Amino acid sequence: MAKRLDIKDLNLFYGKFHAVENVSLAVPPKNVTAFIGPSGCGKSTVLRSLNRMHEVAPGARVEGKVLLDGEDIYASTVDPVEVRRTIGMVFQRPNPFPTMSIRDNVVAGLKLAGMKNKRELDEVAERSLRGANLWNEVKDRLDRPGGGLSGGQQQRLCIARAIAVQPDVLLMDEPCSALDPISTLAIEDLITELKKEYTIVIVTHNMQQAARVSDQTAFFNLLGVGQPGQLIEVDDTEKIFSNPGQKATEDYISGRFG
Amino acid sequence: MNDPVAAKRPAGSGDPGAARGVAAAPTAPEAPIPPTPEAPVATKTPHVRPGDRIFRGLATGSGVFIVALIGAIGLFLIIQAIPSLGLNNVNFLTSREWNTTDPANLRFGILDLLLVTIVISVVALLIAMPIALGIALFLTQYAPRNLARPFAYVIDLLAAVPSIVFGLWGLFVLGPVLFPFSEWLIENLGWIPIFAKGNVNVQLGGTIFTAGIVVAVMILPIITAVTREVFERTPTMHIEGAIALGATKWEVVRTTVLPFGKAGYVSASMLGLGRALGETIAVMIILSTTSAAFGWSLFDGGATFASKIALAAPEFNDPRSAGAYIAAGLVLFVLTFVVNAIARSIVAGHKEYE
Repeated sequence: MAKRLDIKDLNLFYGKFHAVENVSLAVPPKNVTAFIGPSGCGKSTVLRSLNRMHEVAPGARVEGKVLLDGEDIYASTVDPVEVRRTIGMVFQRPNPFPTMSIRDNVVAGLKLAGMKNKRELDEVAERSLRGANLWNEVKDRLDRPGGGLSGGQQQRLCIARAIAVQPDVLLMDEPCSALDPISTLAIEDLITELKKEYTIVIVTHNMQQAARVSDQTAFFNLLGVGQPGQLIEVDDTEKIFSNPGQKATEDYISGRFG
Repeated sequence: MNDPVAAKRPAGSGDPGAARGVAAAPTAPEAPIPPTPEAPVATKTPHVRPGDRIFRGLATGSGVFIVALIGAIGLFLIIQAIPSLGLNNVNFLTSREWNTTDPANLRFGILDLLLVTIVISVVALLIAMPIALGIALFLTQYAPRNLARPFAYVIDLLAAVPSIVFGLWGLFVLGPVLFPFSEWLIENLGWIPIFAKGNVNVQLGGTIFTAGIVVAVMILPIITAVTREVFERTPTMHIEGAIALGATKWEVVRTTVLPFGKAGYVSASMLGLGRALGETIAVMIILSTTSAAFGWSLFDGGATFASKIALAAPEFNDPRSAGAYIAAGLVLFVLTFVVNAIARSIVAGHKEYE
């Protein structure tokens, strides 16, 4: 439960393209870390490298270390499938499995892990849906397909699906970018709740969102087109938004570019 | 309320002189006041550009043409078949007899043709479906990209082999090769009706078994190609969703690719079945004809609708005899229609995927 992540000298590549350069960063447990920065700066790529999703793309390559409570998830003995079972992910666009019912969507990860007991699965489904603030809205239609929910509900369903396996870390890749303001608010409240139990890393384009939900903010930037993205600075969110250490951070936050 | 009006205006009507495409966009913002300027123009019909009219005519014409063509074929078959059906001395649907040599005493029934046609097609489908599924999954999920493309071309190439070549291959190569295996099946599993000793010489290989395998190879490319296309379109976000939950490759396939591609796979198979039902030359060359009735064995011979008609084609000298074959063709025509209708309804029933 709620482990810490340490990223050390991480370099990420897509084929020959050097996408992200020398990122080192610590993500404390039970804490929300936000990644902000302009489009193409590599913040999503870094996020995807934290549960070994980066390597799914053809030609993608990783150098450096990502330590989960001191264990390198890129060690040669580690099975990427196991990593993804302990580090959950929520995507930009809600992606519940359209042919599965709401209940089956929530417990999909557990079923993959081999849990079969129906009563246990039902319990987890209820707990996870309550955890994702969705239970009251869907408890009467757990057998209906997940695709029938609204966008915001679908995203909370995906969060329920991700927390059903009780991951050590929860990664969120712009989880609100496809949602309306009210659904966004619901998700942000949820993130604040989830922080009590989970380590959370969130990528967001919305700086107010980063300021609202995160404890720590990492600012990524790229020096030019074709150059690798870099981590400019990481600090307490309050400090980043009031008194950043770097000029580039201040320019970005005050809206001078990006 | 503004939006629909604004959107409608450039497309709908307006000043014919100014509406040369360029003017449409700039006028949109002033949409709230359309009623007054439009009132005098309303008496004229909206201006349609000649290009639009021509293209619309061509497209509609093509659509109407294909429907008319199918209707005409059906009509031709019915008109030609009816007189012979009237002269038929046995039941057309339930008789196994086929004797059209004496036009004055026509005795023809399609039961055996129907059964042989269906059995060959089903055998072909049972063999081709799992293989095609495997190939499609391999090409879209497992094969390295630089291998997948040439491999897919090879499969497509299989569809370009003329059916006469498949027939010769079946008769001269596959038949003899299958003989020991067929013999073994007959000896050891002969108590199961489908493996019973058939009504033709199994050593020559002209059996439903051989024909079924050859037709399976022939319909493999179409099933594979369509299935592959469908599997390739599985939304990345669902695949990634499964991977992020810790799904292995096979679990990703099972939770996302297969549910997404199921309808496409079924309709691809039905397309293959349609081809199998109508396959003529290869089956005609391979299948040994026999006067004995079809006995539900894979090692029977016989004829399908298509092969029967093709074999008799040189002797269509009397319209009454020819009509008997045309009636058989009509049944094949209807059968293919039914298969396609079933395929459509299966596909339509799976629309809930997004």
